[in-house]
Amino acid sequence: MFEAIAFYLFAFLTIAMFYITVTTSQALYALTALAAGMIFISAFFFILGADFLGAVQIVVYSGAVMALYAFGMMFFDTTRELQEKKGNEYLVVGLATISAVLVVLIFSAPILGDNITALYPIGNEGNTQEVGMVLFTKYLVPFEVAAVMLLVAMIAGIVLAGKKMDESLTLMTEEEIKDMRAEKMRPKEIK
Amino acid sequence: MIEIGLNHYLVLSTILFTIGLVGVMRRKNLLMLFFATEILLNSVNIAFAAISHYYGDLTGQMFAFFVIAIAASEVAVGLGLLIVWHKRYNNIDLDYMTRMKG
Repeated sequence: MFEAIAFYLFAFLTIAMFYITVTTSQALYALTALAAGMIFISAFFFILGADFLGAVQIVVYSGAVMALYAFGMMFFDTTRELQEKKGNEYLVVGLATISAVLVVLIFSAPILGDNITALYPIGNEGNTQEVGMVLFTKYLVPFEVAAVMLLVAMIAGIVLAGKKMDESLTLMTEEEIKDMRAEKMRPKEIK
Repeated sequence: MIEIGLNHYLVLSTILFTIGLVGVMRRKNLLMLFFATEILLNSVNIAFAAISHYYGDLTGQMFAFFVIAIAASEVAVGLGLLIVWHKRYNNIDLDYMTRMKG
């Protein structure tokens, strides 16, 4: 009973928030609606008993990713009205619906086969403990690869967004470094 | 109606995926396009978690974790590229990105 109420409430809220995200013409509204939708999605994970996944969802999405987006939006001109493609709306919605139904069919095709045996059955320990057990035994290699991928992404982000990343202090001579420092120390001329 | 089953979650996932796809198709601003891709990834995460719960298997949650990791790194690299592009051309519209030469 309460599960049904929670499901329908959060389903409505999530759909409303994401609808605002894709239809509004203000970037700030889209950002805040997306953050709210992410938090509502974590409610589904808690309903489904995936506690650790819900906590990760809140921390990573509404914490890290939203902070990154907010940081990135400071670089862009967000006060300007966004211009959208003026295509055939019905065609767009129809194509999107067909593709989404196809995705669900792909998901449910192996389920309909009805011969699923749980590789890692959910026991009666806590969700977090079981996630840790499976993640650090069977999925250890993908976990490490994901860690390397995050490291690469972090370095790429720093190099792309940082200033003067095309110069290398180790490849420069002493004089060049001194010149660069002196140029930095010099007070800027007033125009 | 009252009993929530796997199909409820799959239908919800489909609706959210449709919303995300509509966003991907009609947005011209690249930042908004990133928002739409986040919606796509999240809708798939819901499907994974629901299947994981109703079949008593933890594998779905594992995949959801990796999807979250991929989304985070995509945001980092994508925003870095977007900042570089914005510095050089002063806009982030898709219509101006028709050639690959930097």
